[in-house]
Amino acid sequence: MSAAASHFSYWATIALLIGGLYILIARGNLFKKLIGLAIMQTSVYLLYIAPGKLIGGTAPIVAEGYATYSNPLPHVLILTAIVVGVATLALGLAIVVRIREAYGTVEEDEVLKLDRADAPQRPER
Amino acid sequence: MREHLPALQVVLPLVAAPLIVLARSPRFAWLAATAASYGALVAAVLLAAEVAAGGTVSYAIGSWPPPWGIEYRVDPLSAFVLVLVALTASLVAPYAERSIGAEIAADRRYLAYAMYCLCLAGLLGMVATGDAFNLFVFLEIASLATYVLIALGPQRRALLAAYQYMLMGTVGATFYVIGVGLLYLMTGTLNLADMAERLHDVQELRPVLAALAFITVGMGLKLALFPLHQWLPNAYACAPSMVSAFLAATATKVSVYVLLRYYYTVFDPWALFERLPTGEVLIALSVAAMLVASLVAVYEPDVKRLFAWSSVAQIGYITLGIGLDNQAGLTAALAHLLNHGIAKGAIFVLLGGVALRAGAGALGVADLAGLAARMPLTALGLAIAGLSLIGVPGTAGFVTKWYLVLGALERGLWWLVAVVVASSLLAAIYVWRVVEAAYLRPAPAGAGRGEAPAPMLAAAMAMAALCVYFGFETSFNVGAAREAADFLTRGLR
Repeated sequence: MSAAASHFSYWATIALLIGGLYILIARGNLFKKLIGLAIMQTSVYLLYIAPGKLIGGTAPIVAEGYATYSNPLPHVLILTAIVVGVATLALGLAIVVRIREAYGTVEEDEVLKLDRADAPQRPER
Repeated sequence: MREHLPALQVVLPLVAAPLIVLARSPRFAWLAATAASYGALVAAVLLAAEVAAGGTVSYAIGSWPPPWGIEYRVDPLSAFVLVLVALTASLVAPYAERSIGAEIAADRRYLAYAMYCLCLAGLLGMVATGDAFNLFVFLEIASLATYVLIALGPQRRALLAAYQYMLMGTVGATFYVIGVGLLYLMTGTLNLADMAERLHDVQELRPVLAALAFITVGMGLKLALFPLHQWLPNAYACAPSMVSAFLAATATKVSVYVLLRYYYTVFDPWALFERLPTGEVLIALSVAAMLVASLVAVYEPDVKRLFAWSSVAQIGYITLGIGLDNQAGLTAALAHLLNHGIAKGAIFVLLGGVALRAGAGALGVADLAGLAARMPLTALGLAIAGLSLIGVPGTAGFVTKWYLVLGALERGLWWLVAVVVASSLLAAIYVWRVVEAAYLRPAPAGAGRGEAPAPMLAAAMAMAALCVYFGFETSFNVGAAREAADFLTRGLR
């Protein structure tokens, strides 16, 4: 197998990370930014899990007939990371709902325009 | 009981949070949050005494021996930061009742206390744990609670501030966990002490360098290292006063601690500072923070934002101390964690009192006119804490700058001394704007008189008094900081 093909999961990780970050930065819609964030976090799941899996590997059972083991620890870690990611996404969506209620829009530039009206102004000199 | 202290101080606020949600009573919530804060302070002080007497304390969670199980590890550095976090929490918690009572709707108050407890548990856990992934989980516990606390701010722009902080904070945490993942792939362990051992044998250095970069940028986002600070001014300015005070004194400081932990106990600091330009990069960014953020603060009309920008500049002093990479610089960085924490804590607590008397809405510098006549003690406290921010001799801030200058001279970087002085002058200008409004301008007609409620004032005056106390009696702030700096650099060169 060529190096590029055997490192396929790493290329996928990098693509997801950069794609997610790009959406996060480039989009002005608060919902779309959250989608970018979720895609970015997905890249971490892949980064951890892919190296933990050996082709032909089994669960780590000490018995006859089980020679190659996959490391179970990365899966457990990522289970935790997925829970954290879900909590973050839920909180983010909840905040966007509140922003929509308070401002009537979910476009960042429109919210910022409304904000500027609220801020205290510099006194005239 | 005593041997369980490292876990107990995290468990106390962690258990208090669900109890508060179940009880649904603001009064009970406040009592539980205060009790948890004081419990954590007692545990932190006992732990610090134990560490000072007998060295590093190691605690195996669930009796699984490290490096297989999760280890809690309290050494001189973490003991110092634990005391800082627990002390701030204990000073802010009694103050919270009146402040939260004024700023948050009655049916949401108990939730604010629950989030405060979770945030405290997360911050203490980040400091106490010796496990890289456990640190990430506590980081997210603290961060998610922080986002909610900021979103509870009295104006609607608090929502956008919380949202922006959530995006940047999550990117930071994700970068951190990518760094940890790369280190785990190279060493096969998550225990920080074990990881440091095994990194010596790692031949392929590129993933380790990538891990260093990811962790530095990730924690740089969380600690508001210039130019990754964009979330901070809005977050601090829009949060409820008690939350601003608590976060300004703890959240970014704990992230600095994590960075130090990786730089000095996981990676090889010699390679980090001699062979890589880590120190130069940190110094360049710190100088930019000290000058640019101070300059922005000079022109900022909103008082809370003014002091939030000042926080970005003050974090520059801390990272400058780390970048200098010598004994005096590290001592300055660690001492400034505490010195800046109490000064900024006092200021946000006092501004909370002013906002309480002035009513809702953002507080401009002009709104402070005649404060010395209306609220003399508040104005005095603001002036004292402001002097400490400038670094006037006799205040805690001066002690930090003294060590920073010593560290810069030791490295032969004369121009840095000029930068520190220039940044202090800028600080003098923005503090003067506040003091001038408070003392020299007449109070607007019809402005009400009267100090903030006594518990709020007591917390702020205690912090302001500490600013002066630590300026003269430096055995705790500098003493403990030097102890921790010794611990970090011991046996390295």
